[in-house]
Order: sequence, then structure tokens, then C-alpha cells
Amino acid sequence: MFAALYGWLDERLHLDGLIAPLRHKTVPTHRLSYWYFFGGITLFLFIVQVLTGILLLLYYRPSANEAFESVQYIMTRVQFGWLIRSIHSWSANLMIFTAFVHMFSVLFLKAYRRPRELTWVSGILLLFLVMGFGFSGYLLPWNKLAFFATTVGTQMAGQVPIIGEPMMVFLRGGPQVTGATLTRFFGFHVAVLPGLVVVLIAIHLFLVQRQGMSVPPKVEAAWAANPSLRREMKFFPNFMLRELMAWYVAIGALAALAALFPWNLGVKAEPFASAPAGIKPEWYFLFMYQTLKLIPSKVWIVDGEVLGILGCGLAGLFWLLLPFFESDKPARTRTWITGLGVFALVYMIAMSVYGYVAK
Amino acid sequence: MAMLRNKVCRIVAARFAFLAGSLALAACLSYGQAVNSCLDCHSAMPAPLGVTQDKFSQDIHAQKGLTCTSCHGGDASSYDPTQSMGRKAGFKGKIDRRQIPELCGSCHSDPNLMRQYDPSLRTDQLAEYHTSVHGKRLATGDTKVAVCIDCHSVHDIRPPSDPRSTVNPVNVATTCSRCHSDASYMKQYGIPTDQFAKYNTSVHHDALAVRGDLSAPTCTTCHGNHGAVPPGVDKVQNVCANCHVFQAQMYAKSTHSKAFQEKGLPGCVVCHTNHGIQMPSDAMLGTGPAGVCMRCHAPGDHCDRARAAILANLTQLDGTIKQADDALRVAESSGMEVSEARLNQDQARDALTKARVTIHSFQTAFVDQDVQAGMKIAATDLKAGKDAMIERNHRRIGLGLCLVAIAIMLVGLWLYIKKLAS
Amino acid sequence: MCADQIPLPRTTRRRAIEILLGGGVLASLASFLYPVLRFLAPPPVADLGGDEVVAAKVGDLKPNSGEIFRFGSRPGLLILESDGTYRALSATCTHLGCTVQYRSDLRQIWCPCHNGIYDLSGRNVSGPPPRPLDAFDVHLRGDEIVVSRKREA
Repeated sequence: MFAALYGWLDERLHLDGLIAPLRHKTVPTHRLSYWYFFGGITLFLFIVQVLTGILLLLYYRPSANEAFESVQYIMTRVQFGWLIRSIHSWSANLMIFTAFVHMFSVLFLKAYRRPRELTWVSGILLLFLVMGFGFSGYLLPWNKLAFFATTVGTQMAGQVPIIGEPMMVFLRGGPQVTGATLTRFFGFHVAVLPGLVVVLIAIHLFLVQRQGMSVPPKVEAAWAANPSLRREMKFFPNFMLRELMAWYVAIGALAALAALFPWNLGVKAEPFASAPAGIKPEWYFLFMYQTLKLIPSKVWIVDGEVLGILGCGLAGLFWLLLPFFESDKPARTRTWITGLGVFALVYMIAMSVYGYVAK
Repeated sequence: MAMLRNKVCRIVAARFAFLAGSLALAACLSYGQAVNSCLDCHSAMPAPLGVTQDKFSQDIHAQKGLTCTSCHGGDASSYDPTQSMGRKAGFKGKIDRRQIPELCGSCHSDPNLMRQYDPSLRTDQLAEYHTSVHGKRLATGDTKVAVCIDCHSVHDIRPPSDPRSTVNPVNVATTCSRCHSDASYMKQYGIPTDQFAKYNTSVHHDALAVRGDLSAPTCTTCHGNHGAVPPGVDKVQNVCANCHVFQAQMYAKSTHSKAFQEKGLPGCVVCHTNHGIQMPSDAMLGTGPAGVCMRCHAPGDHCDRARAAILANLTQLDGTIKQADDALRVAESSGMEVSEARLNQDQARDALTKARVTIHSFQTAFVDQDVQAGMKIAATDLKAGKDAMIERNHRRIGLGLCLVAIAIMLVGLWLYIKKLAS
Repeated sequence: MCADQIPLPRTTRRRAIEILLGGGVLASLASFLYPVLRFLAPPPVADLGGDEVVAAKVGDLKPNSGEIFRFGSRPGLLILESDGTYRALSATCTHLGCTVQYRSDLRQIWCPCHNGIYDLSGRNVSGPPPRPLDAFDVHLRGDEIVVSRKREA
């Protein structure tokens, strides 16, 4: 039956030409090739987000008066609404986590090096967009914590010199966080960001397909010296099946998290109430937030917060263009890039933990 | 210079110079202000004669354009003591305490005059004062009692709405306590002096001074201010009834109302005391130290049995509400959404509050009615909490099934991969 | 002939794998699809959001009476005046949070806790309450009395 279907499609689409490269595609296997799964897991979690997001769209209402109540309705009245919503929230956090793991694994395995710079750039842009997803989605239940976290976050964006203020007003849909902000964030979350992300994913995947999987330099050198050591497995079906196993494990983990630790709702936001003490952003922003809190309020003549925001911006830009900093002496720059990567990882973890436990 | 040879002339000249100099000085000092010779000298004097410009400017009378002479008479434009404080200028000097109420009343009881300043101000304070304990005792010559200035202060009188005023609701108790808590001062009157200390432990004080609820009662709310008199043993419940309406209505229809009246007992105060009123608790219905019923009733009699029944009812409702709260809390911390049941708990608590009010009817049946209404709600909420936990268990079973399916899939995939590899 | 009769572990093994895989796929897909399909079916109680609620039906209230209804997370008071006007306000007293009631004898709203009184527009006219009660909009939709919050700024 499958052969008949394949034949029918092939007659119209000439599938052989499309599928042939996939049939021949191989994935190198070595001690570190398990890290290759993380990109696929991140993609899978994104697909889960899109699917659960579409389901939530059927009941969610993006207005300040109704948002909280509609999420409450989903959690209490809609059949399995609690499951879909909790999976959506957990998968969001998991996706950001796996995106970071994927990025750091690419960094330490040096997969960003020539000729794969554009893959890195598109990947980092995807990371920023995914964090934007997290930031915009967090506000949508319109609860107290989200309301104030958004106020603080957009206020920080407003600290950028010159363009900061208009940028903040653009993000908030006004000078303050109001129902207009909610509607705007909803638009970002379900239309603008998905559109951008889909395009970037397409580019990212296309590049990966065209260029094949990168192999760490040491392994590459060893294989160059002794070609008989080279190990590969076919992408289809061997690698694909293993990836599928990883995806199933991910689903299992999500189901368990959603059932055992359902995402809580909090209390409805009151725009005119004062902020509760100890407002913190979500964990993936904690390291930035904590860093900003540690900068003194005035450094020389520059305002501390502005310095912090600019510093973060510059760090982000540098990170985006990292592959281009590799010089003609790759060995040396790779060492310091690895060192920088280790520092960044340790710093982020340490700052996140500090931010979590700090009052 | 020839004039100075004459001693008299010298004295006159000296006086003249003094006057001129003072005037010049005063003119400089009080540039833009009307000349007030009283303040100019008295501001430099020590107590009890001292009144500074600073202090007097806070006074509402000063702000309305009155000065020292409005009450004390005299001539404020002159620096000559014989003129400024002379009988011709109508100088009264220090007003005798017995005359202070009449002096204040000379303006404050005149509606036509007060209308010019503030038409909404009452003008019956003096008449009320004459009916008060303070007023009556003053008329017999007792100058230890309070007169206007003792409560309202003098020379820096602020309107009661000003938070710094001695007669602002938040400060009234402190003002009264200046005499009424002074045991040696009050010795001859034979009344207690512990009211202020007791009041400060009370729930009314907590509402007024701590929570800032200006509607909460202070001394004057129950005793009156200008016509201050203790309410009278048979009128106490009328005073409490102004705010605690339901309780008073039920009490009035109950057996206790008539019984207490006949015995000359002060109504509400018998169980709740007067000044140190604490937040009532169900223990007041008990047989322990906080219990009030058994002070009069004999154990085992009809009333004791009613008391026990009422207490049991209330305890049951309170217990069920707490049980439901606990169940809902556990459900919530397991991630179940129980906000509707939580809201209903408010209604159950309202029913409990109502039942506690109904105690004042002293009828078991009435209390039982309210308790049963609350029990229904609390029982529903308890069930909701338990149902939430059952649902939670169902979810976990569902999760288990799903994980089993995934596990089968994983095993199948793994074996298939292994097979492909061979 | 001999080859046919010898049990082939490979085939049995393959069958086992096929059953596991097939069963696994079916079972796992079923466990994913079942919640999704149930989710898609709208629940019997359609949510009108926190914006508005059906407080009562026409005929539930007698003229000159009031009724408590639930609005979001707080109680509300629905009043039918003798001239047929409906009014809806927050039922949480602004003094200490007790639930107020409509007094048909006073034709005003009364709080039994400390004798606070509000007029029918919610203004606090007597007793301890420091602020008026929030008023809501009321419309009739068919035979339903719909109460909604006043439009947010």
C-alpha cells in the first residue's frame, strides 16, 4: 500500500530527486556524537509548542479583562486543558534549556567553524527569538508575577540610550504595561515570532542539510590521518530512529512533568497595585538580571543600568559573530573561544543560581 | 539736652525712647504683620507665661484672624504695659478655670457669629457641657475637672480633623487619659483609672490606632465628648447597638435582656467588659477561664446544656471549615485548580460569623440554623477538595498508562535499531 | 524441508519487534490523541470570561429585592428595584470585607457587620465604610440578566 502511494506521489512530484540525497545522508559517529541529538530535540519541542499553542488558541482570550479567566477556564473546565497548558509551559522551559545545551555543545565541539558560520548566526538569532517567545508568552496568563516581570523587563529595554525609550513604548504599546501590552505580546507570540522562527529554522536546517554534520577538529584530524577509523551511520533510518527515541523520551518527560507538577496559575494582575517584593524574571533571564543588579548605580559618569544593558547587548552581538573571530591560527583562537565558552557557561549557571536564591 | 536736667523729663524721655525703639524694632520684626505687642513680649517669656509666634500660628483661631485680645482683652497695639494690659482696655489676664467654658461659649454658642466662620460647626457644646459630669462638678466649684482647654489645648488649638489635634479620634483616648489614668489625681473621685490601659489592649483600639479605621470607637464615641457621662447601666446596649446592630436586636429579644435589666447589670458589658474589649472567641462559651456563661449559670441546668449545644455546633462548623481549607490546600499544592471551592469557603466563613452573632439570641435553634447553612457549604468544599485529589490520582494513572505505551515504543525502537545494525 | 521445520529465531524475533513497534506506535499515538480530541470538544459550560456573567434569569427576583451572585472571584449583589430597574454592585463591604445585603425596608444596601449603609448607586452614606461599592453594568439578553464590569480604561 505504501508503494502504491509512493508511486502516485512520485509521478506528480518526482520524489526520487528530493529523497535521494536524504537516502545517502550520513551522520558521523564518534565518542561525542550523542550531542547531535540536541538540535533535533529542540526542533521537536518547538513542534510541540506549536501544536499545544494552537490548541490553547481555541480557548484563550487576549484581553486584560478575560485573559486570566480564560486560562483558568482552560485549567479547570476544558477536558485535559490542564494537560495541554502544562505541557505548553513545561515544553517552553525545556526548549529554552535544550536550545542552550545545543548552542554550548556546538561551541565546545567547534561546529561553528568555517564553513558553518552562517549556521551559527542563524542559530543564535533563533535563540534570541526563542527567548522572545518565552518573554512574550509569560505575560499571556496576565497574572501578578508576569505583569511585574514584564514591567521590569521592558523597563530595562528602555534603558538603552537614544532608541531605548521608543523601543520600550513600542514593546508596551504605550508608556505603561496595560491591556494593550497584552494584545501586542499576543500578536508577537502567535504571529510575528512564529513567522520569523519558521523562516530561520528553514535556513538553519537547509544549511545543515547542505553542509552535513560537523566533526570535532581532533576527531577530524584523527580520521584524516587514518581514514579506516571513520565511522558513519545512515541518517535514514538509523539516526532518525535514534532521534525518534529521544523524542519519545522527551514526550514522556513532558507528560510526567505536566501531570506531577502542573503549571500554576497565580493571582490575577492588578495594574494599580504595588509590585510584590522580590520580583524576579524567569530562570532563563536570571543571569542577566542578577548581573544588572550587581552593577553599581553609577560607574564613573555612566548610569550603571545603562552600562549593564549596553554590556549585555555588546556581549550578545559578540556571541552572534563568534565564528568570525576565529583567526588564521585556528588552534589558538579555538582555545580562547573554548575558554570563553567555559567561562560563559559557568557564569550563567552561577548567576542563575545566585539570582534564584538571592532575596 | 536742657530737658535732661529734669529727672522727670529724663524718665519721660527714657520711656519715649524705649517706646520708639520698641516700635521700630517691632516694625522691623513684624514687617507685613499687624502689631501684636502681646506675642512680642510673651514669646520671650518662660512658661507659664510664654506663648511663641510659632505655636500660636498653628492655632485655628489665629488663622481665622483672632488674636490674644479676642479672649484675654487688652490692647495689642501698645507696648506700654499699663495700656496693653490695663483695665481700660478690658484686659482679663489669666482666665479663671471656672469661667473658661463661658468664655469659649461666648463665641462658640452663638450661631450667628459662628456662621460667619464655619456654618457647619455645631454650637451646642456649652449646653452639652453643662449636662456632663465635668460641667456639673465645675458648677459646684471643683476646678480639677476638665474644661475646654484641657482637651482642646490652648494657644495651638487644631481642628479635630487635623491628625495632630488632641481631639482627633486617634488621639482622644490619650487626651482623656491625662487625667483619667492619673491615680493620684483621680483619687478623690473613687472611679477606676485603668480604662486607658484596658482600652489599649482592646479590639477597638487596634482598629482605630493600628488599622487606622476612623470609624472605630474611642472614649467619646460611647461616653460623648462635651456631654461626657458614662452611659448608664441600663443604656449600655443602646450605645453598642449603634454599630453592632444585629447582636443588639437579638439580645433585646432574648431572655438575658430582661434578666440583666432587672438585676441592674450593664447589658453587653457583663460578658464583653467595657474598656478592654477583646476579640470574642468560642472559648467564651466554654467552661474554662475565658468562659462567661458559667459565672452565673449552674452546671447541668437548662442553660448550661444550651450553652454546650451552641458551642458544639460552632466547633463543628469551625472544624469542618478548617478541614475543607486543609483539603483544598493539599489539592492546590498538588497542582489542582480549586479556586471556585476556595471562594465558597468565604461564604462558609460568613455563615460561621453569622452564627456567632446569633449567639446573642441565646436560642440553640437559631444558632443551629446558621450553622447548618454553613455546614452545607463547607461540606461541599471539603468534597471538592477530596474530588480534586481523586482526579489527581486519575491523572497519575493516566500518566502511568501513557508512560507504559512510550516504554513499549522505546523498547521496540531500540530492538529495531539493534536489528538494523546487525 | 529440514530448513522449514527448524525454528528461526530471527523471524520470531522480527515478529516480536514488529509487534512491539506496532503496538507501541498505536498505544503511544492513542495516548496522545485521546486528550487532544477530548480537549477539542467544548465543555458544557461556555465561559463568558471574567468580563461578564449571567447573574440570574428574568423572573428570579421579585421587585424590591436583592440576590448575591458570583462574579469572577468575588460576590456581587443584584437588585431589582420596585420600578423594574436592575442594579448590580460588588457585594464586598469596603469596611472590613463582609458581604452586604439589600434591605427592602430601607431600600438601601446594608452591611450587617457594623451597620454600614450604601445607597443604590453604591455610595457609602452612613456608618464605617470608607469608600463606595464598585458598580457594574447590567443588560438583559433575552431572559438572562447579564452583569459586566464597567469598561476598563
